[in-house]
Parts: sequence; C-alpha cells; structure tokens
Amino acid sequence: MSKRIDVKDLNVYYSKFLAVEGVNINIAAKSVTAFIGPSGCGKSTFLRTLNRMHEVIPGGRVEGEVLLDGDNLYEPGVDPVNVRSQIGMVFQRPNPFPTMSIRDNVLAGVKLNGKKISRSDADALVEGSLRGANLWNEVKDRLDKPGSGLSGGQQQRLCIARTIAVKPDVILMDEPCSALDPISTLAIEDLINELKNDYTVVIVTHNMQQAARVSDKTAFFNIAGTGKPGKLIEYNETATIFSNPAEKATEDYVSGRFG
Amino acid sequence: MTTNALKSSGPSAGRAGDKIFSGAALGAGVLILLTLFAVAVFLFIQALPTFTADPAEISGGAGFFSYILPIVIGTVIAALIALAIATPIGIAVALFISHYAPRRIAGPLGYLIDLLAAIPSVIYGAWGYLVLAPALVPGYQWLAENLGFIPIFGGPASQTGKTMLTAGIVLAVMVLPIITSLSREIFLQTPKLHEEAALALGATRWEMISTAVLPFARPGIISAVMLGLGRALGETMAVALVLSTGGLIPSLIQSGNQTIAAEIALNFPEAFGLRLAELIAAGLVLFVITLIVNMIARAIIARHKEFSGAN
Amino acid sequence: MSLTKTTPQSETPLAPRRRNALSKGRMPGWAVPAIAVAAVILGAALSTLGGFAVASFAIYAALLFVIGATVATTVIEGKRRGKNALALYLIYGAFILALIPLASVIYTVLDKGLPGLNMHFLTSSMNGVTGAVDNQSVAEGTPVVGGAYHALMGTLLITLWATIISVPVGMLTAIYLVEYSKGGPLAKAITFFVDVMTGIPSIVAGLFAAAFFGIILGPNARMGIVAAVALSVLMIPTVVRSTEEMLKIVPNELREASYALGVRRWRTILKVVIPTAISGIASGVTLAIARVIGETAPILVTAGIASNINLNVFANWMSTLPTFIYYQILTPTSPTNIDPSIQRAWAAALLLILMVMALNLIARLVASFFAPKKGR
Repeated sequence: MSKRIDVKDLNVYYSKFLAVEGVNINIAAKSVTAFIGPSGCGKSTFLRTLNRMHEVIPGGRVEGEVLLDGDNLYEPGVDPVNVRSQIGMVFQRPNPFPTMSIRDNVLAGVKLNGKKISRSDADALVEGSLRGANLWNEVKDRLDKPGSGLSGGQQQRLCIARTIAVKPDVILMDEPCSALDPISTLAIEDLINELKNDYTVVIVTHNMQQAARVSDKTAFFNIAGTGKPGKLIEYNETATIFSNPAEKATEDYVSGRFG
Repeated sequence: MTTNALKSSGPSAGRAGDKIFSGAALGAGVLILLTLFAVAVFLFIQALPTFTADPAEISGGAGFFSYILPIVIGTVIAALIALAIATPIGIAVALFISHYAPRRIAGPLGYLIDLLAAIPSVIYGAWGYLVLAPALVPGYQWLAENLGFIPIFGGPASQTGKTMLTAGIVLAVMVLPIITSLSREIFLQTPKLHEEAALALGATRWEMISTAVLPFARPGIISAVMLGLGRALGETMAVALVLSTGGLIPSLIQSGNQTIAAEIALNFPEAFGLRLAELIAAGLVLFVITLIVNMIARAIIARHKEFSGAN
Repeated sequence: MSLTKTTPQSETPLAPRRRNALSKGRMPGWAVPAIAVAAVILGAALSTLGGFAVASFAIYAALLFVIGATVATTVIEGKRRGKNALALYLIYGAFILALIPLASVIYTVLDKGLPGLNMHFLTSSMNGVTGAVDNQSVAEGTPVVGGAYHALMGTLLITLWATIISVPVGMLTAIYLVEYSKGGPLAKAITFFVDVMTGIPSIVAGLFAAAFFGIILGPNARMGIVAAVALSVLMIPTVVRSTEEMLKIVPNELREASYALGVRRWRTILKVVIPTAISGIASGVTLAIARVIGETAPILVTAGIASNINLNVFANWMSTLPTFIYYQILTPTSPTNIDPSIQRAWAAALLLILMVMALNLIARLVASFFAPKKGR
C-alpha cells in the first residue's frame, strides 16, 4: 500500500517567482518525515508539489521530477486527479464539508467521484476509516450529524479519516495541529505514529518538539532573505538533526537562536 | 522507466466531464456577450429607417431630432423632480436607520423601506393614477394661485392631477429605496473611531454626522443618487399611467410633457413600419442615456472602493 | 499626582443637588412635548381658516413644531444644540414621510382589491366580457363578471420560461467567472456587460427582445416566449451577481479538500461548491423572480394583450397580471362604467403584491433555513 517518494532537482514557481529551488530528497515508504523551517521558507509550497496541489493556485508550476515508486508525477499525460487519489492531503485548518454528515464526509472521496458502492461496503469503509483515525468510538452514534458539529480536533481526525478512505499510498499533512489545542494535538500525534504502519507520512510543522516526537527523518528548509527562493538545507535522521546537525543554520534554528 | 503507472489507471473517464462542464460555463458567458452584440445590431438595423427617411414623414414632421428632443427633455425633467424629492428624504431615512433609530428596530425598519422597492411599478402607477393624482389637485390649485408667477407652477392647474409633478413624485417614491439602501450601507461603514473621536470632543450627534459620517460617505451617496437617476430615467409605468401626455411645456402642474419610456409603452402596441423604427430609435437613445449615467455611478464606486475599507 | 491623604470632610455623602451642574442650561423635559401640543392646536386653528383638511393640518402642525422646538432649543441651549435638534426633527420627519406612500399603497391595494379577489376572479378570463356586460352588472348591481385567470397563467408561464432561460445561463456564467476564468480579458468583458445589463431600463429590454425576434420571425412576432427572453435580459444579471457573490464566499479550503481526495474540478463544483452556496443562490434567484414578475413595460412590447386563455408561450398574444392591471386602468372595458374594470385592476394588483411578497418571504426563509449548519 505504501510507496516511496524521490524528488530530483525540483524548482517551484509562482508565475515567474522562484519560490523553492533545487530540492533533492528521498522519502522512504512507511516512515514519517517532518519538514521544518522558518515561516515563508517554502516547506508548505514544496509539500503541495508532492501531490500536484500546487498547480491549483493560478500561476503555480514546477520544474524537475517527483517520482512515486519510480513513476514521475509530472510526466506529460499524467492526470493530476489520478495523482491526488494516490497521495492524500490533510490541511492546516480542519475543513470537513459543511453540507455533509460525518458518514458522507468519510465517503466523500468515493461518492464525489460518482463511484457506486454497496451499502455494506460503505459501512465497512466508514467504520474502518474512522477506526483508522481513532475517531470511531467518539462518533459512531452520530454518523448522520453534520461533520461541522464536531470539535476542532475531532474535525481534523475526520479529515484524516476522509483521506484514509480513498486508500492512498502517501498522506501529506500541512501543519495539521496548528489550529488545535494541546490535547487534540496529542491525539493527532498518536494517530500519526499509528499511520506509519500503513502509509508514508510527510508532515509540515512549525513546532520542533512535534517534529522530534513524531518523525523518523527531518528536513530543514531555509530562506536566505525575502524575495529569495527557499532551499532544502539539511535532511537526516531526526535524532541527528536535533542533536548533531551538520549545518550551522540548522543548529541555529533547532536550538532556537533564530526563526 | 518504461511505463508510468500513473498514466493509465484510475478514473480518467471523468476527464471528458471536466471539458464539457468548463465548456458549458464558458459558453454561457460568451452567449451573454453574443446576445447583447446581436441585439445591439438588430436594434440598430430596425431603428435605421428613422435616420434615412424623409424628415417630413417622421412624427412631428420635422425629422428625428425635433421628435426626440422634447421627450428627452421630458425624461430628464421627470427624473430630476424625482431626485430633488428622493435625495434629501432618502439620505435622511438612511441616517435615521443607521444612526438615530434604536438598534433593535433598525433592522425591521430597513426591511420596511426595502418593501417599497419590492412593489411592482405598475402598482405605483395605478396608485399614482387613482389615489395620488386626485389628492394633489387642491395643492396644485394653491400653487397656481399663489406661485403661478414661477413658470414651473404656471396655471391653470390640471383638474385631474395627472401632471409631470405627480409623475415625478411617484418616481421619487420608487427611487427612494435605492438611495436609502445604498446610503445606509455606506453610513454603516463609517469608521467607528472617527465617530467616537468626534463625540469625545463634545460634538453633538448632528455635528458628529456632518463632520465624520457625511464626508466619508459622500462618494457613496453620489453614486447612490446616480443609480437612482438611472432607474428614474428608464421607469415606464409610473409615467405612462400617471402623466396626461402632451407637448413640451414649462408648467409642471398642467397636463403635458412626455418621457421616452412612456412614449414607447403607449405607442408601441399599435406601431408599425416607420413609427416602429422611430420608437426603437427612441429606445436606443434612452439606452445610451441610462448607460452613461450608470457608467458614471459605477466609476465613482470603483474609484472609491479602496477607501471604503474602513480600517 | 500628589499622594496626600484626603480626609473625609463630612460623615454624610453629598446630598444630590436640586439642579445638577451637568444639566444646567438645558431645557426642562416638559418643554418639547408642550411645544408639540401647542403646534397641533395652532395647526388645527390655522388649517380651519381655509377649510379644514387633514393634509394642510399635518403640514401646518409639523412646520410649527419644528420651528417652535428649534427656536426654543436655540434660545435656551445655544445655536449648536438648536442645529442638532433641527436635524433630529427633520430626520425623524423624513422617515415618517417615507412611510406615508408605503402605507397608502398597501392600504389602497387591500381596501380596493379585497372585494374583487374571489374564486370567480381567479378562475375566469376576460373572454366574452365586453363593455355591455360591465354596464349590465353595474345597472343591475350584480357581481362583477370576468377575472384574471388568463393573466395569472400568463404571468406564471412567462416567468417560468424566463427562469428556465436565466438560471442556467446566469449560474454557468457565474461559475465561469469565479471558478474557471483567471481574470483575463474575456472575464472582464463579461463582468462589464453584465454590469451594463443591470442598468438596462425594462422597456429597452423589451425592445431588445422585440427587435431580436422581429428580425428572425418577422415584424409583430409577439408571444410569451419573446416576453420571457425580455425578462431574462433583466433577470440574468441579478442571477449572475448573486451566484457570483455566493460562490466567492465558499472557502477555498473546501475546494482544496475535494481536489486532494482526487475529485475532478467539475464534480467539486457541482457536489461541494454549489451545495455549500445553494441557499444563497436560491434566495438570489427567488429575489430575481420577484423582481421580474411585476414587470409591465417589457411585456407590453413583446407579448401584446389577450383577453382569452392562452397557455402556449410559443404562439399568439398573452396577458400577464401587470399588463392586465395596466390595460384595465388605461382602457376600461366599458368606457362609461369604469368601476368594474377598476375593481378588477385592484384585485389583480392585490394578487400580484401577494405573489411578490410571498417570493420575498420565501427568499428570506430559504436563506436562513438552508444555510450551512454552523459548528456546535
């Protein structure tokens, strides 16, 4: 189920503006990788290129290759819709569909695409996905209530369940806890630990403790100044990044001397 | 790498749906443009005989220009009467709702004024014809007796009340909600800080309004009045039913005068041939006039948009 | 700031003064009501001089009150407060003045429309109702014959067709502008011309449709569908504007969430964006219908006038409620006994107002009822 990602010489643009430059990174299957770095360094922008969400923004485009188990996402003829159904994404703010019930939110990826699914298969998928997102016990009695009625942390886990239900190979998370309280954050972090048994997880976070707690490997992004492109500075085992970084900039950042 | 697994598998069939749907959306937008273009061309073609015909054959017997000029003037007079009445009252009503009325009833009161806008124009016309016009007859007689030396109140006053002034008053009632609702929106956007600063300096409520609210809202008020003018110029029913039409005369309290919209409505059903072309040409003139007025209003709104952010 | 300790000067707190220093130089509370009473009495006296009339009484009383109260405030409290008081009276007065026509219109329509609005009126047309019939019913004192069934059906059919044309075109155009266009010249042109359409006088919209079909089908092509096209010209910009506004406030996050699940753009728009905005769109469409259902001028020049029932919008002339009202007033069926025609006109006016008010109410209910359920 889980696949690896290899990025080769990727440049990311907004129209003519080069936002991220020359990224090379290899992300192993069934692992958690954290992207850290100061605000505006391009870590979220780079994350969005991994499932072609970047090009949804007008003017957004890339140069270079992103390989999913050897298949290039950006090869001409590849349908971005196809890419996104294999590489799911969880966003900064929980965004369940307000017009749908909890159950329909989980089934959104299936139903919105107009696929037929039997009642029993749907029930199994809803339960499996919600269990996978550690939400089943909290919502099993109110599956037909609107998803927007849940608390922020529950909504975010609902969004994760919705992503799992599509059965992706990779799950991208863009600061998934930045809008949540500490207890909800803890629940999500526990969940990420479980998710890596089945999926490749890539998470952007501005919280270094979080990166240290959840990730196997960490990538540090930095920017030389406003208007300059962001770059991948250092990528290594999380323990190494936090205890013994090779680069001065990384050390300054993780020790809190700037950023 | 020989085959890319991402290329083939998956719901690629849906791709056609994307093309069809975006094509339909684009098509609808283009359809609007094409229709407007075709309509403009067709209108012009149908109006063309008016400009090529022998001037003696045009209504009035002196060519299109001398036919259209009096009714253009009549249109403008009716609209100006409406604005002269509706502007001060409309602004005052907007101020009442935004700054004077108790907050709890301000919303329902605003809705009440919006109701004025919801009433169909033909009902205003019927009301003007059957209720307002007879009620105004004594007032017109008084005006003719006491202010008859002013040309616009020249006697003898109409015995039916079906005059330009009545039509103007009905139009005023119809444009009032436009002016009120737009001005009210602008008044509510006045920065609270400016208002509180004025009050803190010991200003009375009226001084606060005249120093903080009105200057801030001036462009908004002007464009509201311009939009009201556009509506008054093009309004048909109030004039067609209320005004007893005739040639151009200065007195507003006698029967007489005519507007473009009413001229078309009253004569179109029986018109054919050259008369039809005349009326369509008159419609084009009305369109151009309202277009210019609306453009000016929108230009004012657009120019001041960046200042209305109230921050 | 000095830190000297202040010792209480007396055990008992200061008794409130009889005249508060803060209200010194202000008018006593009874002054304004007293001036109002005086103005009413004086106004009544003045208006009886020239034969008592409610209108002149109200004008005199209001003038006397505003002048009296303003002068009194100016003399006692000063010029600034005098001005403030004058503005207050004028603004309250303007509001009352603005309500008079509304009250008068609604009272008139109810008063004169209710007697004529009955089952006979709703179920019969004007077919066969001539001046002689009206003269007879007046002479014999029998109920008025003839109704507005044909016009009611005409209104419903023409408005229905206008809605069928405008809603898809208007909504798709709004979808193009919000979801697909990237602010290019085409989008700018469409926005500009939709603005132009908003300002088109309704009679000109009627001429548009008449000229358009006049060239295609020959002169005097008047039928329901031409009127429906004319109404569409008035309706489309309203639908585009309200749909555009509603689509714009759908959070981008929902679109991205859908894309990230591997959902195609058109399905995202149809199943996520539009359902989220549907209450606002439906309410906007209902208001657009309410706006065009009362239009008279465009119908006059496109659908003609009929006294019989015609349910086919693709052939022959048709009446609608507004044109029915217009012609009943302007050209009464019996020129010698106009009362039956006037009664029918007011009954139709009442019916029309009820329909417009119902549509406005529905729009409000739809907007609040189907609004997306807010969290917690």
